[in-house]
Amino acid sequence: MIIEHIDAQLPGTITDRHDFRGDQTVVITRENLLAVVDLLHREGFQFLVDITAVDWPEREQRFDVVYHWLNLASQERLRVKVPVADGESVASLAGLFKTANWFEREVFDLFGIRFEGHPDLRRLLTWGDFQGHALRKDFPLDGGDVFCMEGCTAPYNNGERS
Amino acid sequence: MAELDINDAVLTTRLDAVVNWGRKNSLWPMPFGVACCAIEFMSMMSSKYDLSRFGAEAMRFSPRQSDMMLILGTITNKMAPVLRTIYAQMAEPKWVISVGVCASSGGMYRTYATLQGVDRIIPVDVYVPGCPPRPESIIYGVMKLQEQIEKESLSMRKDHIARFYESLERQDALQAAKGLTSQQTIREMLMDAGERGVGTIF
Amino acid sequence: MESIAMTRQQLDGDKMIVNMGPSHPTTHGTLRIVLELEGETITKATPEMGYLHRGVEKLGESLSYQQFIPLTDRLNYCSSIMNNVGYTTAVEKLLDIQIPKRAQQIRVLVSELARIADHLVCVGVNAVDIGAFTAFLYLFRQRETIYDLFEMAAGQRLHTSFTRIGGLFRDIPEGFVPLTERFLVECEASLDEMENLLTHNPIWHDRTKGIGAISPEDAVNWGYTGPCLRAAGVPQDLRKAQPYLGYETYDFDIPIGTTGDVFDRYLVRTEEMRQSLRIIRQVLDRLEPGPVMVDDPKIALPSKEKVYTRMESLIHHFKLIMHGMEMPVGEVYSATEAANGELGFYIVSDGGKNPYRIRVRPPCLPIFSSFEDQVKGGLIADAVAVLGAMNVIAGELDR
Repeated sequence: MIIEHIDAQLPGTITDRHDFRGDQTVVITRENLLAVVDLLHREGFQFLVDITAVDWPEREQRFDVVYHWLNLASQERLRVKVPVADGESVASLAGLFKTANWFEREVFDLFGIRFEGHPDLRRLLTWGDFQGHALRKDFPLDGGDVFCMEGCTAPYNNGERS
Repeated sequence: MAELDINDAVLTTRLDAVVNWGRKNSLWPMPFGVACCAIEFMSMMSSKYDLSRFGAEAMRFSPRQSDMMLILGTITNKMAPVLRTIYAQMAEPKWVISVGVCASSGGMYRTYATLQGVDRIIPVDVYVPGCPPRPESIIYGVMKLQEQIEKESLSMRKDHIARFYESLERQDALQAAKGLTSQQTIREMLMDAGERGVGTIF
Repeated sequence: MESIAMTRQQLDGDKMIVNMGPSHPTTHGTLRIVLELEGETITKATPEMGYLHRGVEKLGESLSYQQFIPLTDRLNYCSSIMNNVGYTTAVEKLLDIQIPKRAQQIRVLVSELARIADHLVCVGVNAVDIGAFTAFLYLFRQRETIYDLFEMAAGQRLHTSFTRIGGLFRDIPEGFVPLTERFLVECEASLDEMENLLTHNPIWHDRTKGIGAISPEDAVNWGYTGPCLRAAGVPQDLRKAQPYLGYETYDFDIPIGTTGDVFDRYLVRTEEMRQSLRIIRQVLDRLEPGPVMVDDPKIALPSKEKVYTRMESLIHHFKLIMHGMEMPVGEVYSATEAANGELGFYIVSDGGKNPYRIRVRPPCLPIFSSFEDQVKGGLIADAVAVLGAMNVIAGELDR
């Protein structure tokens, strides 16, 4: 399986791994991302399914950039997570996988994570001078608009988690 | 004998009634199709529900050639300036039907990205609730608009349209003054109005 | 509107900028493409999206798992039920539960109906954009029958919210199966009519053959899934490759194209509609009676009679609504083969009532991002044909 390959050829890069409900996940550091991606590409994982991010504000490395890969020949899936702190940047995969272009733009728009080497890193879903990064946990659901939540109680709870 | 012939051929009425009768029976819609309500609009235009019975078959996607704008779908804050520009390009007399709850009040999307009701930025004549409203509901909305048009008077000034154009000038001035994008300008005008307790920006 | 293409000063005198959208006659939802033309040839095409970004993923973080189901309806609004099925499959994977057999069969049945509905819109609207209006009218008549079926099953024509976590909202009523049988016959005839109009039509060939062709390697690199990928020659369909809901037990074929151009995509979609009819026939033949909801009071709401007459049911109902389901801590990614391709849901749960993060992987985002590559060097009329064949639904593109 692919995780054994990574362990054999790039020892020490995997800092953590999970197997939950049949999903294989590995956690690597952002410096090793390009090396691991190169290995995956050579091993047949040529279909980059998705790039997204998750915000864990209590952690020091607050973001997890999450990549999903699919091997078309063996139909094996792999999830790669890269923890990133606020202000740090991650290497861009837009050169190797053309699909990464817009996915990385979306992560930049919604989380504020920069991707080094991206040809055109600007906002995708919100407009040019939108203030803030929408999917961060400290961004309010209504975006600061008083009128938006007027007269509204549960279940939105003004964006608070219940 | 001549009088009887003339009585058959001549009808006396008020100018208002005739003009309104002509207007209400030839409403050319401009479908501002954005999201799911546009699919119900497509159903309405095809043969089963058939809006052309109401004189509204000539669906023109250009604002310059239409009378009635149907706003079909969620209007987001990114789309707001586009909607204002298109509404401004329509020639009077013009009417707006906001179809669906997303256009009428923001729908189920109380978020940073969705405009909470299209009547915050342009004047609306009829609201059609539903998510999405059935084609019959949209047709009922058009019929309600026809009832409204019947009661209009040619001498009555459309105050809300004049205020809309004035707000468009304010928007341009604010955008030029602060150097923002049009979306951010409208957002600031909306936040400002929200803090004053007023819903609309015109 | 703001300029995202070159400004007038930077262009020489021969090039013209044409802005397509965000409000435009092709009924493909709100997107904007800034085309740079030299005469009628496209030299650069810059797509811009986000005009229907409603903040669904952020909203999901403050709603419970069950409350997110209506939001999934409105992603790909041409085939709403497939989004419901995809999302509830993901949550069921997280909970590690199996839904009853009948619920699986009915989910397959309505998914295939929704797939047919989506392809009807795509092919019809593609034809309208190119100028062939009649095909659209014939096909929409079938869509009305599908709406009647959905209304019978779920109570709503378009946004059904038919599935629940653990099964379905309710069982299909009496008249559903006879109407579906009638639909199978009528739809087959309608597809034959439409193919008579288009498939061997020389004007259709001229407008669609060779336009927007893509190689299989490029398609995989761009992240294509669904009919556009299969039209390019890559035999990837999650119903066969990673079966779910019992798809491995049904007998159907996957149409594969050769060049990936607009004509191939049209043929792939038409044949997929016929294969969907085949699957529906098989489901109807083997539909067996049984429950449609998993029998677990911690997941499924009890029926109203029980809530009003028995104490434990009242307590379970209260706990489920007020405190939500007991979710394990963890994350899952679950993908289904929606009409446009691989619709993925990535759900991160921290054990609370609301999901910590919900991510929707839209199938048409990678396809739309390749628009410039597809139309560069072509004529402006081809841009419309390519856009139609991509089946970009703004609801799932922007979420």
